[in-house]
Amino acid sequence: MGEPCAVIGVGQTEYRTRRLDVSMAGLVREAAWRALQDAGLDWGDIDAVVVGKAPDLFEGVMMPEAYLADALGARGKPLLRVHTAGSVGGSTAIVAAGLIHSGRHERVLTVAWEKQSESNATWALTVESPHNTSLVVGAGGYFAPHIRAYIARSGAPTHIGTLVAVKDRLNALKNPYAHLKIPGISREMVESTPMLWEPIRYLETCPSSDGACAMVLASERAARRAPNPPAWVLGAAMRSEPLFFAGRDTVNPRAGRDAAAEVYRQAGITDPRRELDCAEVYVPFSWYEPMWLENLGFCGEGEGWKLTEAGATALDGDIPWNPSGGVLSSNPIGASGMIRFAEAALQVRGMAGEHQVDGARTALGHAYGGGAQFFAMWIVGSDKP
Amino acid sequence: MPSSPNHVLEFPGGYTRSVGPVIGRFLSELRDGRLMGVRTASGRVLVPPTEYDPDTGAAVTDEWVEVGPAGTVQSWSWVPRPRHGHPLDRPFAWALIKPDGADTALLHALDMGVHELGAKPPKTLTTGMRVRPRWRAERRGHIGDIECFLPEVAVITAPTRLEYRLRPGRAQDRFLEGISQGRILGDRCPVCEQVIVPMRGLCPRDGVPTVEEVELPHTGTVTTFAVNNIPDPRAPEVPFVSAYVLLDGAGMTMLALVAGVPADRVRMGMRVRAAWRPRREWGRTMDNIKWFEPLDEPDVPFERIKDYL
Repeated sequence: MGEPCAVIGVGQTEYRTRRLDVSMAGLVREAAWRALQDAGLDWGDIDAVVVGKAPDLFEGVMMPEAYLADALGARGKPLLRVHTAGSVGGSTAIVAAGLIHSGRHERVLTVAWEKQSESNATWALTVESPHNTSLVVGAGGYFAPHIRAYIARSGAPTHIGTLVAVKDRLNALKNPYAHLKIPGISREMVESTPMLWEPIRYLETCPSSDGACAMVLASERAARRAPNPPAWVLGAAMRSEPLFFAGRDTVNPRAGRDAAAEVYRQAGITDPRRELDCAEVYVPFSWYEPMWLENLGFCGEGEGWKLTEAGATALDGDIPWNPSGGVLSSNPIGASGMIRFAEAALQVRGMAGEHQVDGARTALGHAYGGGAQFFAMWIVGSDKP
Repeated sequence: MPSSPNHVLEFPGGYTRSVGPVIGRFLSELRDGRLMGVRTASGRVLVPPTEYDPDTGAAVTDEWVEVGPAGTVQSWSWVPRPRHGHPLDRPFAWALIKPDGADTALLHALDMGVHELGAKPPKTLTTGMRVRPRWRAERRGHIGDIECFLPEVAVITAPTRLEYRLRPGRAQDRFLEGISQGRILGDRCPVCEQVIVPMRGLCPRDGVPTVEEVELPHTGTVTTFAVNNIPDPRAPEVPFVSAYVLLDGAGMTMLALVAGVPADRVRMGMRVRAAWRPRREWGRTMDNIKWFEPLDEPDVPFERIKDYL
């Protein structure tokens, strides 16, 4: 991996349905400034900026990296934009980490955001062409058949999705930045909500959020001067695969398995369930928790739902997943992957507040996007590799 | 109030009012397009000004302060049906507005945009909202020199439209030609030997060009599906079923609408057939296939579809 890379600053905005009080530039600056404050730095201390967001058609801002260059203090500095659909927050952080690993830069600011209130994701994801026809079913309509296939293949009881929907929302009550706060959330409440895209119920889906997340990544020398404890990047991997090809496994995509194998290899992890202390995993529909438990090798194929059912992934379980409340509780799409990466870093820095996993020293951040095609993952730890 | 009075009493020409030095200054400034307040001995800024501090009865000072013109709504009352003599002829709010820099509020009309007569107050009308005056072009030294207040600009609209000339490319062109003749065309990968449909001229898995064109039957099997309770312009009704259909002989599924069967009767493994629109409506488009309908055949066992999920 080259030179060591540390997360020395994390900044998040509060995630809300509508942030009408700020412009897009104001939104990203809010997160970036909080990350700089955490790192004890000012705009001038940053060597390079890496920006990520979901497809341009979401808000109709073309080349947002050029539009935001001034707002992010990037004048006269290298500025990169990363674009890998919903996984972009994760891959943006990995590109930024690469600038440190390579020894090229000392301090890199990385930011991802989405202002869903000024967007229409369902429209943007199903733009018509004269040569293709697409059903306007949105992300839920796309993923529902794959969830049904998982249930059929694994024999999971139908209430497993409900358990995840409750567990992540209980965690969100402990996270000051979380969007959905549902006091008294219960299985009965989730089960009483309508099926939007059967087998996905309303409360088994993520909200639409406005928000931004930022991190300051640093070299070993720069990390030594940071006021707060660093999180060290122990491994980072990205993989992707086409949307349609003969023999594709959409339930347990090969790109996800390959990325996981690579990130574990780099971090020297052979048994993720035992060796990781917690994980922030991109779960926008509740059933993706058991599906990704299997894809990420936390258990054998067909066993993921048993971990969820046994409470292993709860905040007091042996491998807490999404202590922050996850994507099910806050979903500014372009930022959602970076929030996973940043929350993993907060855990191993001991700075996660009320949703801190006691003694967490090694954590996984995960993001996926497109039709479960693009995967980005990193593992961070309290100790320098 | 009677809508058509049967008697009118009106003072000829209107009463005159001498306004004195304080109100006079305020109105003169208004005529110049400025909103001014006066300071009391205790330091408060009164807008509109009075000649005496209402708290103490003492005369106000000679110090004038320019305030606003932006301000904050402290309270409001919605007028769903304006009356004769109201400043606006569409629904509006009376609002107590505290101009920036003032310690008191003034009462004025707040225009919330176009609403039907009798409309409920809009959600954007809130205590604490930021507003600014709309000045009249012709001013005469009167509180009506401010026609009304308006919400501050919070959101603008950015119309976006891109125009393209799209070409389908060689493989898709051939596929659409087939569709326009009622045929479904795929192509076989020389490496994995799977049939790729719709044809695309290459195998995305093996990364090689395809060489053999394959015409597929119009029958297949539902591998998996979603029951959508959110409307789609193409779907006949809500709920509707979007399904992955594995055409007989194909190596991969296609996303399609399934209809002609109640949504709760659709099954994994269900056999289906393409329902084509009438031939006279055909074009070079997948729309020629309206949807897939059930076929009266036994379901395919899960074992035989599980590798196509």
